[in-house]
Amino acid sequence: MSDKIRILLAKAGLDGHDRGIKVIAAAFRDAGFEVIYTGLRQTPEMIVDAALQEDVDAVGVSILSGAHMTLFPAIRKLMEERNCADMILFGGGIMSEDEITELGRKGVSKLYGPGTSTIEIVEYIKGAVAKKRAGEKLV
Amino acid sequence: MSVFDDFVRRDKRALARIITHIENRRENYRQLLAAVSRLPHQGYRIGITGPPGSGKSTLVDALVLRYIQQGLRVGVIAIDPSSPFTGGALLGDRIRMQHLVNRDSVFIRSMASRGESGGLAAATRDVTKVLDAFGMDLIIIETVGIGQIELDIVEACDSVVVVLVPESGDMIQTMKAGLMEIADIFCVNKIDRPGADRLLSILNSMVHERQTASSVEIRAVGTNGMNGEGVDSLAEAIEKHRGVITTGGELERRRGSQLKAEIVHAVRDRVVRQLEETIDFDGQFEHVSRQLASGELDLYSAADMIYDRYFRK
Repeated sequence: MSDKIRILLAKAGLDGHDRGIKVIAAAFRDAGFEVIYTGLRQTPEMIVDAALQEDVDAVGVSILSGAHMTLFPAIRKLMEERNCADMILFGGGIMSEDEITELGRKGVSKLYGPGTSTIEIVEYIKGAVAKKRAGEKLV
Repeated sequence: MSVFDDFVRRDKRALARIITHIENRRENYRQLLAAVSRLPHQGYRIGITGPPGSGKSTLVDALVLRYIQQGLRVGVIAIDPSSPFTGGALLGDRIRMQHLVNRDSVFIRSMASRGESGGLAAATRDVTKVLDAFGMDLIIIETVGIGQIELDIVEACDSVVVVLVPESGDMIQTMKAGLMEIADIFCVNKIDRPGADRLLSILNSMVHERQTASSVEIRAVGTNGMNGEGVDSLAEAIEKHRGVITTGGELERRRGSQLKAEIVHAVRDRVVRQLEETIDFDGQFEHVSRQLASGELDLYSAADMIYDRYFRK
C-alpha cells in the first residue's frame, strides 16, 4: 500500500485573497490527498515550521499580493536551512514568465497562474511526489 | 539509525519523520516504536473532544499558550476526518492555533482518521508514545467526538475534556449516552452566547447527580476561547483532576486497564485481518453465501457454519 500524499497549503504575507487556494485545497482533498491548510497571513517561518512538523511531501503557497519574488525564495531558503529541502515547493499567483523562470532557478518547482485546471495541478504533484519518493531512503 | 539519534537529540524534523514512518506502518516501524518506547517518558495525556465547530482548536491554542508560558513542552495531535469516498482529508486545525506556530516547545501534528479500518486508534496511541518519548510534558489529543473510534481515542487519555456550546442542546441531550459519559471536565465554550449559563447549570446539576462516593469529581467550566475568558479555570480544572487521579491511585488503575485494552485491540486487529483474508480457505464461504442468497440458509445458521469450520480447522 502506498502512503498517503500529505501537502501543506498556505497563504503567505499580507494577502487575504484565499478563494483560489480553497479551490485547490478541495481539489487535492477530492483527489485523495491529506491537505493541511494553515490559513492566511503566514510568514515564511510559520510555513516552514508547519511543513516540518507535518512532514509533508509538498508545500503549496498562494501569493496574490505582488510579494512573490521576495516570499518564495525566502520560503525555499528556510526549507533548505531546516533540513526540508526534499519537500516540493510549488505555488500560484500572478507572475510574468521571466519571474517564473527566475523562481524556478531558486528552487520553486512549479508555479501556476489564473485559469489553470485543478486536474493539471493535482497530476503534477502526484508525479513529482512519486519521483521524490522513489529516490528516498527509509529511516 | 541516524534519524533515531537525531530524535534523541530532540530534533523536530526527526520526530516528524518517525511519526510518518509509524503512522504509515512502514517497514521496521515496530522496531522503531520499541526503541522509542524504551526512552524515558513521563508525559500526561489530555483529550479534548466535542462536536464540530465547538471551538476545540481555539481552546487548545489558548490552553497550550498558557502551558508553554509555564515552561512546559507540549505535543498536540489534531485529528480530522478522512473522506470515506476519496480517502482525502482537509486538516484545518492549525488555522486556529496561530499562537503556537514557531515555538520551540510545541509540536503539532495533524492526523487524518483514514477510515474506521485504518487503525486510527492504534496509530494515535503510537504517535502519543513517540511524542512522550521526545520529552513532551503534556500531550493533547484533539478529535471530533463522533463515532466509536474517536471515543476510544480520547478515552485512552488521562484527563478528558468535553467541549460543548450553548447550541449543543437541552437537558435531554446531556442525558444521552456516549460523549457525555467520558468527560472528566465539561467545558461550555462560547460562554458569551445566549443560553450558555443555562447549559452550564444543567451540566452542573447532571454532574452532581452522577457523583458517587467512589468516583472522581467532575467539573463544568465556562470559557470563551476567542478572548481567553475562563481558560485559566479550565486549566485549573484539568490540574485538579490530574492531582486527584494521581494521588488516589486512579491514574495507575486507568492506565493498567488501558494497557489491557491495547493488547486486546492488537490481537483483535490481527484476528480480524486474518479472518478477512482467509475466510474462504476451503471454498465454503462462497458456497454458504449462495445458500444464504437463495434462502436455503438464514444468516445466523450461515454464520454458525462458517464459524465452526473456521475455528475448528
